[in-house]
Amino acid sequence: MSNFMTFFGGFKLTLQHLSRPTVTTSYPQAKRAKQPRQHGRHVLSRYEDGMEKCIGCELCAGACPVDCIYVRGLDNPPDHPVSPGERYGYIYEINYLRCIHCDLCVEACPTQAITESKMFEFSFTNRTDAIYTKAELLVDDQGLPQRLPWEDWREGEAAMTGGWMRATSPNGEAAFEGVVQWTGDLGVGVRAPEGGQSSNRDDEATGSKQLRNVFPKHLLPEDVPLDQRGLQGMMNQARAKMPRRHRRDDR
Amino acid sequence: MRAIASVDPLLAGHFSWVVLLIVAIKVLVGFGALMGAVTLMIWFERKAISDMQSRIGPQRWGPFGILQTLADGLKLILKEDLVPEQADRFVFKLAPYLVVVPALITFSIVPLGGTLTIAGHPVMLQIANPPMGILLMLAMSGISVYGVMLAGWSSGSKYPLLSSVRASAQMISYEAALGMTIVTIVLATGSLSTHNIVDAQAGGVWHWNLIRLGVIPFAIFIIAITAELNRPPFDVVEGESELVGGFHTEYSSIRFGLFYLAEFMNTITMSAIIVTLFFGGPAGWVPNVPHLRWVFPIVWFLAKTVTFAFCYIWFRAALPRFRYDQLMDMGWKQLIPLSLGWVLIVAGFLVRPAWGFLMIALVLFAWILLTRAFALGHSRERGDESVLRTVGRRPLPGDVIRAQSDEES
Repeated sequence: MSNFMTFFGGFKLTLQHLSRPTVTTSYPQAKRAKQPRQHGRHVLSRYEDGMEKCIGCELCAGACPVDCIYVRGLDNPPDHPVSPGERYGYIYEINYLRCIHCDLCVEACPTQAITESKMFEFSFTNRTDAIYTKAELLVDDQGLPQRLPWEDWREGEAAMTGGWMRATSPNGEAAFEGVVQWTGDLGVGVRAPEGGQSSNRDDEATGSKQLRNVFPKHLLPEDVPLDQRGLQGMMNQARAKMPRRHRRDDR
Repeated sequence: MRAIASVDPLLAGHFSWVVLLIVAIKVLVGFGALMGAVTLMIWFERKAISDMQSRIGPQRWGPFGILQTLADGLKLILKEDLVPEQADRFVFKLAPYLVVVPALITFSIVPLGGTLTIAGHPVMLQIANPPMGILLMLAMSGISVYGVMLAGWSSGSKYPLLSSVRASAQMISYEAALGMTIVTIVLATGSLSTHNIVDAQAGGVWHWNLIRLGVIPFAIFIIAITAELNRPPFDVVEGESELVGGFHTEYSSIRFGLFYLAEFMNTITMSAIIVTLFFGGPAGWVPNVPHLRWVFPIVWFLAKTVTFAFCYIWFRAALPRFRYDQLMDMGWKQLIPLSLGWVLIVAGFLVRPAWGFLMIALVLFAWILLTRAFALGHSRERGDESVLRTVGRRPLPGDVIRAQSDEES
């Protein structure tokens, strides 16, 4: 008998799905929000005083599993040094026909010189365009990534550069939460740490969100956070969509 | 002339050009309607199944992507038409038409509505009403097996060949059950003509064959017809995981398009046939509106047909594909005995209730006997008294070397 009911369970489920909202979006028209730590196109950062962070150590090239990075270092000219250290990245090229956006270069970098923006929507019409040189990768004088003609930047993506760096205590150790272990960036300053996995996270300051708060409709009913369930949840969501000045009881 | 006259009663009377024109228009309208319905059906299926899978589905062409089929058809026509080098060229080119033409012809016997009077002539809203009626459907589905089989065979490629072997075995074994259920309907109606079958069900829901014959023939029919159509969950012929694309793997361009077209045309036609045979066809409540009374039967017929078309889509979304041996077991061990027994029971009740109860007893006895036989066969095959020796796995190279070194030492 239970077999019989599971047989019809499939029919019931497919019928229920008719009324559910679709999971997919019609992509070029409707774009889904990106995760704060999405791996996109690389950016070569600079210090707050305008010096380049890259010291030409080639560790990123060594870490790269697909050999898409080509770096050559050179001694800093004594009269106008490019980076604070002894050497600087003289040639820096990334081949985006090879890059798999694994972020191992970002992890390998000792000076947090190479980070990733969230921008992944770029396409080329020839192979030369796909090889980004230092001229394209380096941030401009405001500390923002350069926008090339074939790149499709969205609002706020440049501001989130270095998302991986802002992930505090990736091993989950609560002792390192809120501890800043990195240097400042040109135009931005020292970035705020991101919320960790313990309860003393500060999402207001860091701008990060828990995944289950962002996508409650993709969760099983029992996994939906309590404040987003039922009537109360609908009210909370409506309030979150309101402009901030109309909210009354907001902390 | 008599052969043509038998197809449409209009032609049997005095010959006139008006009659010929009416018949020609009827054929053209029927053809156009079926073609339009096919494009809509393909769109409907893609849209409905994408909704069931929480996807968006076609959306680019026209409102809700309704013109997607036209775009696809245009693309298929403009593509290069490939014929494999190993193919039997003539048969390869013939096969798609052997599938499409029967699909078209089958639709002609479906009564789409009641009777309409045009220029003083009573016109049946049905393209043809041949005296062999429903047998035409069986004949045509028999021919379309040839289309599938020859398509696979003439491709000169092994997966299509396997698929065509499956297709012929599957379609032949389900055709028996299909024929038996049709026999029950013909017994109850006393006529082969689809028009008469519909007329016999006209007196309301309780006269529909669905209820009059018991629900069993309908259940057998819908299972068998789904298998006959190669629709999921019986589409082992097109099992992508085993056979690439099935019998049409080697086809491209409009020849592939014809197979595609025929598949969906068959889905519509068979939905219409189910409605005709079991759900009273165009029968339904007709309000007393002057001059428009003929519209309502058509609307009823369309509503019922769309319901069944939706059921096919629902099957596809909800049910996983059958394994080939399960498919054959179901056809031969369950559907054929059941349909045979039901024919006997219906025939018995038609003669006299006493005969009917006798037949029920007989069928029950046969059912017990068959169950015992199947159980025995199964235990001989798999159980303790198995006459089959297990083959085991093929020796790996390591095993061979080990055996050789054992011999040497």
